[in-house]
Amino acid sequence: MARSRAAYLARKSTYAFITVVIVIVFNFLLFRVMPGDPARILIPRGHNVPLSLIARMREFYGLDKPLPTQLVSYVIQTLQLNLGYSFYYKAPVADVIAAWLPNTLLLVGISEVIAILLGFSTGAIAGWRRGKRFDLFATSFGLTTWSMPTFWLGIVLIMVFSVQLGIFPVGGVRTAEMAYTNIFQQIGDVGMHIILPVITLTLVSFAEYLMIMRNSLVDVMTEDFVLTARAKGLTEQQVLRDHVVPNALLPSVTTVAIAFGFIVGGALQTEIIFSYPGIGMLTYMAIEFRDYTLLQGLFFIDAILVIIANFAADIIYTYIDPRVKFQ
Amino acid sequence: MSETLIPFRRNLSQFWRVYSGSKKGVLGLILVLFFFAIAALAPYISPFDPSKIDPSRTWLPPNSVNWLGTDWFGHDLFSQMIYGTQVSLVVGMFATLISIIVGTAIGLFSGYYGKMLGEFLERVIDFFLVIPYLPLMIVLVAIFEAMETPIPILWVVIFVIGITGWSGTARIIRSQVLSVKERQFVERARAVGAGDFRIMAKHILPNVFPLVFANAVLTVAGAVLAEVTLDFLGLGDVMTISWGMLLHFALSNSAVYRGAWWWIVPPGVAIILLVMGFTMIGYSIEEISNPRLRGRKA
Repeated sequence: MARSRAAYLARKSTYAFITVVIVIVFNFLLFRVMPGDPARILIPRGHNVPLSLIARMREFYGLDKPLPTQLVSYVIQTLQLNLGYSFYYKAPVADVIAAWLPNTLLLVGISEVIAILLGFSTGAIAGWRRGKRFDLFATSFGLTTWSMPTFWLGIVLIMVFSVQLGIFPVGGVRTAEMAYTNIFQQIGDVGMHIILPVITLTLVSFAEYLMIMRNSLVDVMTEDFVLTARAKGLTEQQVLRDHVVPNALLPSVTTVAIAFGFIVGGALQTEIIFSYPGIGMLTYMAIEFRDYTLLQGLFFIDAILVIIANFAADIIYTYIDPRVKFQ
Repeated sequence: MSETLIPFRRNLSQFWRVYSGSKKGVLGLILVLFFFAIAALAPYISPFDPSKIDPSRTWLPPNSVNWLGTDWFGHDLFSQMIYGTQVSLVVGMFATLISIIVGTAIGLFSGYYGKMLGEFLERVIDFFLVIPYLPLMIVLVAIFEAMETPIPILWVVIFVIGITGWSGTARIIRSQVLSVKERQFVERARAVGAGDFRIMAKHILPNVFPLVFANAVLTVAGAVLAEVTLDFLGLGDVMTISWGMLLHFALSNSAVYRGAWWWIVPPGVAIILLVMGFTMIGYSIEEISNPRLRGRKA
């Protein structure tokens, strides 16, 4: 069994690696399809940039070499996390992203843990009581938050809680120029800043998890083994906990992995609305200043994060599936 | 899975009989038709020219003249909301059309050709399934802008939303094709000498088409949200009047801090209702075609 798990994970990691390479090639092609000198387009008009920087960009992209050589060197450079130079921040793209990434991981981490726990448990109850009042209420609520643009939910929360009621700060991750006397004060300050962004991101991802779990549960409930479990006299709680939920969890894990691609978009909007200094906010700055090298680097990192999350889901899957089917 | 398609195949009236039994489906249909009616009748029901500016009437809360108030420029927001419906629907429908065509084609080919091509296309589908959708759209729109193409931005937005949103469709089609192509009627067709394209067009496509339809309705919902989000990010067309642009301008003119809720709440509510409408229709069709999800009474 252990060997087949290793083989399964080896296959999955090969796929993950292939996807990474496709992302890089895709990134490479994006800038080659543009007519004209990429080094010229990468630095928008009206920006005074020293010639040395342009020369540096030409060198980075290897523009004097034939296309296949350019591709190979681009793939190798990207794999080494050499993502080019941000003309706006005047620093290597990888360094800029690395500085902003931890805040994003904090926001997404907290929100998704809450959203998955809430979404899965609410979804399980809703699916169990399908058609009852709880189900109707939960699915209607989920449908509403699902249909909401994430940034709009953020605006409404700011309007109500920050502008009208003045409970939470409007944005950022800490009070500017505040010197913390101790760690608790720092945690408290960051906490006050992060609450509204967390609520926003949690609410929009919650709906996704709720519906995934509910539909999966409804599907499992039609299986024969549920009837068998009931027939042998188990209580409703036992049937739900020991038979239905474990089986409904399996397809849910896979679907959650796909949902990660959307969560990146939700986090991006949340950060922008709350001026929260993460890579979503950085993306917005990159758009504003037309810093295409940075934008591409961000797209690459976003993709890598999602690929890692997917791979993690694959690993989790092998552990929770009692009848692991490895071919 | 394949018995799922029968309700569609029989005839439309039978499908309608089942569909009209679903409260969710009917409510969704009413919502969507309502917005289509507004979009079509915009010139007749809009009280003002949506692009007309009245500098003496700015930042007005809802009143008897401007039912939804006015913005910083002095536009009538009610008229702007009405005309904005057109953009959301046009972008949603056209982007979906692109997604469905690309998704169906790639799904068909990848499912039908099992070997190298199929495997390669499967990786491509996986790539687009996994890839963060919004950053991809942002990069693509930004690149189009950098190229300074003469194509209107609205069409760029439609194209980009369409070209990034097809992977779900492709995956569904692929799994259907994999099961349909082993069925006897496909083998029979091959036995009498039908070529690959004929088999795909005449025998496989009609069988997977109903699923494409259910998926298309859900894709419209996603496309509408995508358009609004691109507008918000400042990547939309500033010259068009759309719900997303309304919100974009509200934000860039600090409507939030001025407490101008009438500039912010109506576009959001309209987006929610339209997206909800399409989603409810899509779910209902899915429920009808997948009997396991159907309620016992239906």
